[in-house]
Amino acid sequence: MNASTAWHENLSKALANRSFLVGLIITSLLALMAALSFVWTPYGVGTFDIIGKLKPPSAAHWLGTDHFGRDILSMIMVGSRNSIAVAFVSVVIGMGLGVPLGLWAAARGGVTDELLMRFNDLVFAFPALLSAVMITAVFGPGAINAIIAIGIFNIPVFARVARGAALSLWPREYILAARASGKGAARITVEHILPNVANLLVVQGTIQFSLGILAEAGLSYVGLGSQPPMPSWGRMLFEAQTMISLAPHMALFAGLAIVITVLGLNLLGDGLRDVLDPKLRRER
Amino acid sequence: MLSYASKRILIGIVTLLAASILVFAVLEVVPGDPARLMLGMNATEDAVRTLQEQMGLNQPLVVRYLRWLGGLLTGDLGRSYTYSVPVISLIIERVAVSLPLALISLILSTAIAIPVGLFSAARRGTFCDTVTMGVAQVGVAIPNFWFALLLVYVFAVTLRLVPAGGFPGWNTGLWPGLKSLILPSVALALPQAAILARVTRSALLDVLGEDYIRTARAKGLTHRKVLYGHALRNALIPVLTILGLQFAFLLAGTIIIENVFYLPGLGRLVFQAITQRDLIVVEGVVMVLVAAVIFVNLLVDLSYAIIDPRLRSRS
Amino acid sequence: MALLEIKDLSLTIGAFLALKSIDLAIEPGEIRALVGESGSGKSMTALSIMKLLPSGARAEGQIRFNGRDILAASEAEMCMLRGDDIGMVFQEPMTALNPVKTIGEQVAEGIRLHTRATRAVAQERTRSILDRVGLPTAKFPLGRYPHELSGGQRQRVVIAIACALKPKLLIADEPTTALDVVLQAQILDLLQSLVDEEKMGLLLISHDLAVVADMAHSITILRHGEVMDNGETTRILTEQIHPYTRQLAQASMHVPERTNRPHPPTHGPLLSVRNLGRSYRGSRSGWFSRSDDTKAVDDVSFDLQPGQSMALVGRSGCGKSTLARMILALDRPTAGEIQFGNQRIDGLKEDALRPVRQNMQVVFQDPYGSFNPRHKAERLVSEPLYLLDRPLSPTEKRDRVDTALERVGIPRQDRDKYPHEFSGGQRQRLAIARAIITEPKLIVADEPVSALDVSIRAQILDLFADLNRRLGIAYLLITHDLAVARAITDTLMVMSEGKIVERGDTEEVLRNPQSDAGRALVQASPDLHKALARRIGEQG
Repeated sequence: MNASTAWHENLSKALANRSFLVGLIITSLLALMAALSFVWTPYGVGTFDIIGKLKPPSAAHWLGTDHFGRDILSMIMVGSRNSIAVAFVSVVIGMGLGVPLGLWAAARGGVTDELLMRFNDLVFAFPALLSAVMITAVFGPGAINAIIAIGIFNIPVFARVARGAALSLWPREYILAARASGKGAARITVEHILPNVANLLVVQGTIQFSLGILAEAGLSYVGLGSQPPMPSWGRMLFEAQTMISLAPHMALFAGLAIVITVLGLNLLGDGLRDVLDPKLRRER
Repeated sequence: MLSYASKRILIGIVTLLAASILVFAVLEVVPGDPARLMLGMNATEDAVRTLQEQMGLNQPLVVRYLRWLGGLLTGDLGRSYTYSVPVISLIIERVAVSLPLALISLILSTAIAIPVGLFSAARRGTFCDTVTMGVAQVGVAIPNFWFALLLVYVFAVTLRLVPAGGFPGWNTGLWPGLKSLILPSVALALPQAAILARVTRSALLDVLGEDYIRTARAKGLTHRKVLYGHALRNALIPVLTILGLQFAFLLAGTIIIENVFYLPGLGRLVFQAITQRDLIVVEGVVMVLVAAVIFVNLLVDLSYAIIDPRLRSRS
Repeated sequence: MALLEIKDLSLTIGAFLALKSIDLAIEPGEIRALVGESGSGKSMTALSIMKLLPSGARAEGQIRFNGRDILAASEAEMCMLRGDDIGMVFQEPMTALNPVKTIGEQVAEGIRLHTRATRAVAQERTRSILDRVGLPTAKFPLGRYPHELSGGQRQRVVIAIACALKPKLLIADEPTTALDVVLQAQILDLLQSLVDEEKMGLLLISHDLAVVADMAHSITILRHGEVMDNGETTRILTEQIHPYTRQLAQASMHVPERTNRPHPPTHGPLLSVRNLGRSYRGSRSGWFSRSDDTKAVDDVSFDLQPGQSMALVGRSGCGKSTLARMILALDRPTAGEIQFGNQRIDGLKEDALRPVRQNMQVVFQDPYGSFNPRHKAERLVSEPLYLLDRPLSPTEKRDRVDTALERVGIPRQDRDKYPHEFSGGQRQRLAIARAIITEPKLIVADEPVSALDVSIRAQILDLFADLNRRLGIAYLLITHDLAVARAITDTLMVMSEGKIVERGDTEEVLRNPQSDAGRALVQASPDLHKALARRIGEQG
């Protein structure tokens, strides 16, 4: 048996896992929709139609129109770009800074480790929304704010996961054997620690991605996220709020878009964890 | 004795100090001169300079921070220039809405989640378990402010059972006040309860795989007795961790939910303050919220020690 | 009528046939040993009797306890039996007790459940049973938590829980495997006396014939879920009619063929340790005070000659692993010095250590934890080649790996396998291949065979002996198992509480130990020869 058959085995295990499969389908469709929105949407999101405003779903507008007469399906399609971009970049920030920090703290131990933990405490005291409030107070609102605020909050999350997993690996005998082979902390971290914590990080990545989607929606709902005219799911909900008695469909579809996206990512994360972590799988 | 508890308290205080420096520093770099902002564009240079001196703006940064910190400790958070009242009295007034909201939601979500988690764990793999966890999986994905909108549409707009928003004030009596907090608390609590129920279940299942559960079963304890008598208390440790983290999310959630229901809480206050560039208010509210998060996490850390004797004896 | 009678019991877990039509009986007051290697189904037999099988397991056949049909009994009836008429002791004392409940609560719980006794009465009975198992309440109050007790003490609490209500049948599933030999002897003594006192039947499960030979009246030997041999202990062990019984017994007593070659005159010792110490800072007991430092290793000195095989034996926690790690430069000494060849190596920087590390490699206990699960055998075995001054070409590297694999008896095409594709014994061979690939002069082996089944243990010991003979590698072998020390070492040091308390020729020390620690180890060590001799002597 070689590496590629091991990989195949994992893949077939993954496809047999219902959570993973459903999650994968939902997230792939979502990614496809976002990609499609660059080249085609049913209507332009800048197309205002005052006469055809607040229309419920119909053959012409599958999901109806909003208070400016814009096509809600097109808005949702374009809005997905914003959600995905913000959540993705925040995960990249969180991973990019958090993982090295966590691995470094685990490798050094002692004061370095203690300092990292205290830094984590500090950042955890600022929920993403509070950071966003502060950043907005300084720089004014925008999508970049949302990315920074969510990204900062992700740093300690990844640092903690990476540190915890790495700490449990360091006393392992294969690490001692590597040290007896003259390998230093940095080389051991890259060769032995990182590959063995990667699974956990991927799973945490999907979880943070879905939390990022929720957080971005919340921020743009209160006006701290991306600004008009760029459509975003959160702001669509904000605009739907005042129209709730006239056009409940406005609130329904934008919200469903968020729920389905987050659900898909969570299922994907659950499935990945089951497939990648034999210990957890056994306990289920 | 430098016990677990005193170490946690010390860490809490240090974190709070670091947070205050951070908040102060971030808002220090804000472009614009507070004195000029307060007086408006037409003020004379002299008037601005006088006010700057009064506010101590021309003193060195460290002195200004220490004075601000001293103010924090004595409850003097400065004066809001839009409301022309002390920030502390604004905050106290608004906390009277936000705190009950957060507490009711926290209690509600815990009261729902733990029994549901126990129910599901006791029936692992059955149809009941699958359905319950399926519902919870969807619940986790629901943004609370959207859920709030749906609740408003159903219970306020369509059924007209409760007000769609607004807050009559506690001086109109307890019930009218509580009534206007029902929908907001439910909107906040249910998605949190879904998360917590999942965590409770999986923590219980983890514990049920431990060796000491087998020892307890070998004593002749029934499944039920083992679940309540041995598993639950051990499973509470991860549940508490999540509960502590959730409080931060709940606080953030209240800020958003207050906007859905037009509740005059801290959240509304901070957004108005941002729009009006009333930074001293922003500073005050953020500090209060951060202090609340740190305090709750300290409580969580301390309750670990109550649950787990290993922490108590570790010096 | 037998107390317990198992007839034609088969057990399937999913698609796996764990037990194949086994028979087993225990009379009141009888001690029956159930012996087999890992995966033989001995634990599953125990769990079948308790009806605590994992979900998905299906049992067929008959289990009668005290005339009762266990397999037909309802869960409620089983709850009445468990802890009252049948008690069970488990292998891992460190995790068998609930960490958040006091030992008093945990013992009293079963008493109150089954006798409906008042709190006060239950507490009284708890006190007396804890006293009986050697945990007098004056020294071990009922309010103690498990983490405040050592492994041996915890196992006593588990025994107290199992025996609190004087069960008719006690099941002990590898009750001493996680303990060192001295504790093992104490716990077995305790079980023996409890069983004698109350005329309990005891099902004693073990992987090692030597452990049970002394106390079991009768033995059942399991392999792959089938009963191989069954009968009275002395007969089973003396006649050894069944080939598998013979194999187990021989493996248990195995001593590899070794030429006790005279050491060539050398230019001084290979390894020389002088006044070595390692202390750990005491924990903070107050704002300004600390408790005293603990000395894990205290003033240790010894020499190891080239090609010499030396054992370092001692009870768990005596500091032997800490000593090994300092020699390997994986831990820093706080006192003394270490000289390897002609060079002082303690305190050297990692770069300066490289030539030293080439000549000094390590083999660990756990064949599962010794390898990065994501690397293939070739990469795993070649890891120490990183120490060479000049990077090897891929072909040179592969040649070295092949040579090493061949020396430990693993086919070279297996170099493309992942660690999980090897068995436990093969993995330990891989670990040895990794240790010899740089052709070191010294291998430090920390309990290299204690996680292996007896028959595989014998093969690995042969390999160690063989490499010592062929390649002249010196060993520092760390173990708590005297049989292992006897098998492959020439000289032996006994360590106790951080100090070397005795040293000398291995055979000599084991035959006639002078120190207290040495005597305790020798007396406690299970020894099939001695046990048999004693039994035959008793029977005349």
